Amino acid sequence: MKRSDGPSVIVRMSACVLAIPAFTFGLFVIAHGHLTPGGGFAGGAVAATLVALILAAGGRKAAGGISNGVLSVMEAVGLMAFALLGLLGLGTTFFWNFLANSGSLFGAQVPFGINPGDINTAGVLPLMNFAVGFEVFAALSLVMVVMFRYGEEGQ
Amino acid sequence: MIALPYVAVMLLIFIGISAAVLKRNLVKMIMGVSISASGINLLLVSLGYREGGVAPIFTTAPTLEMVLPTPQALTLTSIVIDLAVTAMMLSMAVLIRRYYGSVDAGKRRLKG
Amino acid sequence: MAARYLKALTLALFLVVMLGGAAMLSPFGSPKGTVMDDYYIANGQEQTGSNNIVTSVVFDYRGMDTLGEGTVLFAAATGVLLLLGRGFSEKE
Repeated sequence: MKRSDGPSVIVRMSACVLAIPAFTFGLFVIAHGHLTPGGGFAGGAVAATLVALILAAGGRKAAGGISNGVLSVMEAVGLMAFALLGLLGLGTTFFWNFLANSGSLFGAQVPFGINPGDINTAGVLPLMNFAVGFEVFAALSLVMVVMFRYGEEGQ
Repeated sequence: MIALPYVAVMLLIFIGISAAVLKRNLVKMIMGVSISASGINLLLVSLGYREGGVAPIFTTAPTLEMVLPTPQALTLTSIVIDLAVTAMMLSMAVLIRRYYGSVDAGKRRLKG
Repeated sequence: MAARYLKALTLALFLVVMLGGAAMLSPFGSPKGTVMDDYYIANGQEQTGSNNIVTSVVFDYRGMDTLGEGTVLFAAATGVLLLLGRGFSEKE
């Protein structure tokens, strides 16, 4: 049997089919963090399976197309946005939720009790979820790409 | 008698620590530390259970009696920290393999 | 040979001590000291406006811990990039 170089056809086809729906599901989990279980950290980890599938099925050429610098900048922007959202409410205290119950961007009021869930609520929490999801996606992708490139260059 | 989740937690931590102590391969030691960390996360979540409670989420919840939300919030932080520690340990193992030729902890490495 | 028996004995003693500690925890299903969490469940929806009490605890009531956690993740990614980043140009 001839030893084939690279992953087989089945692996490549499955990765092409599964990558984009997994990324979309990760974005869904991040965006509905204040209504359903999940949030920024779990959604960012699910969205990072896009890069994992690209590395598993693409090989050396696909890993060369993902750049280190862009992922580093994304990770830094995510963490700085999270800290900035904490500093914006500094009139009252650090990490004050200044958009909740206010009527503007995410500010509808929620009475106590079981309700179907409105996405226009929870103030500054969806913005924080996006920032943290961005950062977790970029950090996990960066770790995977760096370890993959280190292993591939040795051979 | 001791409840079953607590016995499972102590067994997980014991298996993880004994793997980290008794094995000679570096990667198996790292796996032992990771198993022990999972046991700690299970302990945190199972400490906040209330009889007959559901998840603390108000979107279409069955009842109004809920489990405690604070240990689950601390478990999120713990999972991320375990990920960070495992990533650093694994990259050190990769460097040791590159520069010394083997990941065996029993071989002498300081020459002279 | 004695070293192996000593290791096994120490690990067995460790397991006994841990199971003894597990017997002293509060009984499974009825935690003690739930004043803080009852306040979070009763007032979390009106004060923060989110249905998910765990998210409001992680990002609003205890946002400082989440800031520390984001910093730990950033430091881990930076550490891996320092150790394994052979793509940096090495001028001889």
